[in-house]
Amino acid sequence: MSFIVLVRTAWKALQRNISRSLLTMLGIIIGVGAVISSMAIGSGAQAAVLKAIESLGANLVIITPGSITSGGVSLGSGAKTTLTLDDVAAIANNVPEVGAVCPYSQTSAQVVAGSANWYTVIGGTTPPWLEVGNWSVAQGTFFSNQDVNRVTKVAVLGSTVASNLFPAGGAVGSTIVIKSVPFRVLGVLVSKGQTGFGRDQDDVIIVPITTHKERLTGQTYINTIMISASAPETVAGVIDATERLLRLEHHLTPVDPDDFTIRNIANVQQVRMATASTQALLLAAVAVVSLVVGGIGIMNIMLVSVTERTREIGLRMAVGARGRDILLQFFIEALTMACAGGVIGIGLGVGISVLVSKLGNWPTVITGFSIFLGFASAAFTGVVFGFYPARRAAALDPIEALRYE
Amino acid sequence: MMQQSKVGTMGSRMPAAATPLIEVHDITKVYGEGPSAVEALRGVSLTIFHGEFVAIMGPSGSGKSTFMHLLGCLDRPTSGSYRLAGQEVSGLTRDQLAAIRSRQIGFVFQSFNLLARTSALENVELPMLYAGVAQKARDERAHTLLEQVGLGERMNHRPNELSGGQQQRVAIARALANDAPLLMADEPTGNLDSTSSVEIMTLFRNLNRDQGITVVVVTHATDIAAWSNRIVTFRDGLIIDDRPTREAFPGSAGGAGAPDLERQEASS
Repeated sequence: MSFIVLVRTAWKALQRNISRSLLTMLGIIIGVGAVISSMAIGSGAQAAVLKAIESLGANLVIITPGSITSGGVSLGSGAKTTLTLDDVAAIANNVPEVGAVCPYSQTSAQVVAGSANWYTVIGGTTPPWLEVGNWSVAQGTFFSNQDVNRVTKVAVLGSTVASNLFPAGGAVGSTIVIKSVPFRVLGVLVSKGQTGFGRDQDDVIIVPITTHKERLTGQTYINTIMISASAPETVAGVIDATERLLRLEHHLTPVDPDDFTIRNIANVQQVRMATASTQALLLAAVAVVSLVVGGIGIMNIMLVSVTERTREIGLRMAVGARGRDILLQFFIEALTMACAGGVIGIGLGVGISVLVSKLGNWPTVITGFSIFLGFASAAFTGVVFGFYPARRAAALDPIEALRYE
Repeated sequence: MMQQSKVGTMGSRMPAAATPLIEVHDITKVYGEGPSAVEALRGVSLTIFHGEFVAIMGPSGSGKSTFMHLLGCLDRPTSGSYRLAGQEVSGLTRDQLAAIRSRQIGFVFQSFNLLARTSALENVELPMLYAGVAQKARDERAHTLLEQVGLGERMNHRPNELSGGQQQRVAIARALANDAPLLMADEPTGNLDSTSSVEIMTLFRNLNRDQGITVVVVTHATDIAAWSNRIVTFRDGLIIDDRPTREAFPGSAGGAGAPDLERQEASS
């Protein structure tokens, strides 16, 4: 019996009871849907991380003070200093293979420009920030080192802020008010868009670090130091050298723990990756469970089908079907059902992925491999759970089968 | 392998060949084991030649159905020898028996056993599917056969759109699909009214008379048995009577077509 005839026979048998076939497929459909969407979420997160690394640069090294800054409790007893502008200067002067280094402090505030106002993030830094963060200026200019030294009240706007405060344009040269302090707008940054995780990178105002400290926050220290290593290969060396330098600068004895944390952008993203893979793992577990349940459903219905069609099996044997012909017929029927469920499941998975990225704001990427894997797992389930009923059908005694009522 | 056996089959269709079509020698069939064992056949021997039209009769439990299953290669005897067209088949495996059924035997059942929701044409093609006949040849053969049994107009009808007599004719066409020299019918008219019964038995007689197909009919109805040339009667697992139909039913034409029933139907 040719393969095409077998598939056609199987298809016809399934059409005989469409609603039953569909219900039987449900487990497979959900399973494959879960496979597809879990992989879409997993690879979406991965792609977002890669994008983030790309936009920030894999060379980026971030130094934050202490390891418990959020708790506010100083861990190192001898550490009177957290990160300062002196540290930034020391790194710039002493650590080889540093491409650029800048301080970065951050606060949030309501910003007013004429009748418009906007709540946004105010970042304080120095001109090398452009190079470290892979930024450039679209209109006007960035502030200079002189502005930093003179504590000038100037600002550079992210494109989102610019368009909200100055919907009609003309941001450059205007004056904005942050925490009652007037700032002159020097320029507008190019738009970078959202991060892979949906944060708008353009919703920011950048001012000189000195102005930030003295006029806006009153902090004596800085939140972070950002370093851009000269090349990805030198990142490890830069981290190493920076750690030794900062321990020296902060007068730490060999027994003192670091009062700062140095991380590479890759480490930061690893945390997010881990979150994403936890989600994906959860969905994968759902996928496995529902594929197994779906497989059992198929097996159950196939056993029912074998019983219902016992006479048909007997007749087929009487007219010359061998055991393996019957085996193949029911096996292919189970497989057809599983594969059809797989195809519907792929549709469901793609739908879920699109929904997750639209509504959940979570990046998803559907790869050809995930579709292949979804289909393959459906087919595999069909093979595993279709075999037993098919073997039972093939083992029927032709006489008993013909007599079956 | 099966293609070769087909050639052999075609040759063996010729009547009066040297070897008998069916040679059963001292066959027994025991169901179960030990004290609860049931002896369905207790040493049966029978020879049927090409071109015969044999009726197997007997009450329920006489062993006639068991014998029919053995002749039809649906089952294997417990002991004894069965040669079909010169080939010993009593020791064959399930798959080998399936191949024999595919090529040598056509079955007709009381309840037709047509595949539901499947056209007459596809039902007739079924045995050819398992015999590996190509699509085009299958199609042509099925057309020819359905025309031959008088269903040329209803090839695409499904069983539920056909009368009982028509369904049984589809079943007969199916039994002929692979050119089997032996047609086995188990109570073929059991579910039919008398008009349809006559039609079906006429078809069997014509196939036997015009094409030399050997027909074995299992029945408990004497008016059906009367269509045959030879009546074999079973009782308690043994053959108790085996004689030409004209001796069993004096006054009937004995194979020339039976008789009373046909005359009655014709006159009514």
